[in-house]
Amino acid sequence: MNKFTKLAGLSAATALISTPALAEAGVDAAEHTIFILNSVLFLMGGFLVFWMAAGFTMLEAGLVRSKNVTMQLTKNVVLFSLAAIFYYLIGYNVMYPLGNWSIGTDETGGYLGAFGVAVLEAVGVSAENADDIGYASTGSDFFFQLMFCATTASIVSGTLAERIKLWPFLIFTIILTGLIYPIQASWKWGGGFLDTQFGFLDFAGSTVVHSVGGWAALAGALILGPRIGKYAKDGRVVPFPGSNLPLATLGTFILWLGWFGFNGGSQLAMGTIGDVADVSRIFANTNAAAAGGVIAALALTQLLYKKPDLTMILNGALAGLVAITAEPLTPTLGQATLIGAVGGVIVVFAVPFLDKLKIDDAVGAIPVHLLAGIWGTLAVLLTNPDATLVGQIVPIIIVGVFVFVVSFIVWSILKMTMGIRVSQEEEINGLDMAELGMEAYPEFSRS
Amino acid sequence: MKLIIAVIKPFKLEEVREALTSIGVQGLMVSEVKGYGRQSGHTEIYRGAEYVVNFVPKIKLEMAVADSDVAKIVETLGETAKTGKIGDGKVFVMDVEQALRIRTGETGEEAL
Repeated sequence: MNKFTKLAGLSAATALISTPALAEAGVDAAEHTIFILNSVLFLMGGFLVFWMAAGFTMLEAGLVRSKNVTMQLTKNVVLFSLAAIFYYLIGYNVMYPLGNWSIGTDETGGYLGAFGVAVLEAVGVSAENADDIGYASTGSDFFFQLMFCATTASIVSGTLAERIKLWPFLIFTIILTGLIYPIQASWKWGGGFLDTQFGFLDFAGSTVVHSVGGWAALAGALILGPRIGKYAKDGRVVPFPGSNLPLATLGTFILWLGWFGFNGGSQLAMGTIGDVADVSRIFANTNAAAAGGVIAALALTQLLYKKPDLTMILNGALAGLVAITAEPLTPTLGQATLIGAVGGVIVVFAVPFLDKLKIDDAVGAIPVHLLAGIWGTLAVLLTNPDATLVGQIVPIIIVGVFVFVVSFIVWSILKMTMGIRVSQEEEINGLDMAELGMEAYPEFSRS
Repeated sequence: MKLIIAVIKPFKLEEVREALTSIGVQGLMVSEVKGYGRQSGHTEIYRGAEYVVNFVPKIKLEMAVADSDVAKIVETLGETAKTGKIGDGKVFVMDVEQALRIRTGETGEEAL
């Protein structure tokens, strides 16, 4: 705050000499610095997190076989749009009831938020009429928070790729973004019971966003089953190499970029020296963790398999990012690198382990988002003295059980009512032609 | 007239082409092929799962040459395409009954 008050004071003093009108403008800006800069942070962070949707899309397009690429692109652009609509219609107020809990209270802990559509501030709102002059504009807050909700849904699409039908997936997306994600997010970020009763710490959502996407994906993968031919009768795991590693790499870089907004924006404040410095610290730590994840995956795949595996290295970067997300502020650069590196290690061991269990995750989203998310949430204990073991572990379990059970039920109902899997013939021919009648690379011949 | 078919490692193509040109081979057909020999492919690892690459990428060279040049060409191929490791490839020689140079109408060894 100090620097801005000083500057504003100076300009106000200069202005006094010239004209009174300018002096008022100067003072006005100073008073509202926090509101303005916080809103700018949310908008900037929101743009970056929005771009993560592109990152997930490219990553998934690159890691699936060419016969399913158009479907993956379609799912990603549509799931983002559904998230935007259902977060507006239901999600935002469920997640941020501002005291109007349907079940529970702010004091004892809320369990279920408010129901109603999101409403923005009036056009050209004045300082007096702003919803929260000490915080940020509601539009910027809604925009920023929506992007997190959409991220959760993006995680699910990768795991279930190459065999799930379009429409049941989209219906699940509506339930995930309208209810499942906002309900559990309210428990922490909306000031609900995980926040008040457990002192749960999850800065930008290793659990609240990433594990949630991972749990929903895991439930879906269990009910959906593996892709045809993935696990041979003799127990062998059959790899389905991705169709376009340049796209997968670009997608990873886009996600890496977006993560600066994801974690940096989650400081939720930029109006003081301390806050801006913290946002900067978070950017640097977030970057360090991704680098740690990359190098860990590189070294491990070289050691284990004699050759580095790019797809694992890309997953390692993302696992590093997920791992640092629960606490990107308090670690030093070295600690952040190590926290990310452990994420990379988790991925390299978890990908073949899931295959052993015959849980088919087409892009590695469960190791990256669920397992590295759990690790990141526990890693808060290493650097943040406010975190407690119980305060971290119990919420991980509560959120996990809630999301997994509800997702499992929803997937089961969808399976029984409309079916969630394409026919064997459609799966072998590819979802692009079977469900969409359109190929991503129509001029390439397949060998 | 003989037709020489050589299957070689792709990275050897340029070296082989230069050697063939230097001993006077005037025409060469090149195609990218996949296949396997005694080695029966090799294994790779993708995301922790081992898989067999059944068909290894190779380069196929074809050249129609005069009988008198065959020995020299086969020897050159054997020397330049060799690495001493598995998968160096093979050379086949077969008879050619007739040849026609389309522009001039020449036939037989004149057409080569």
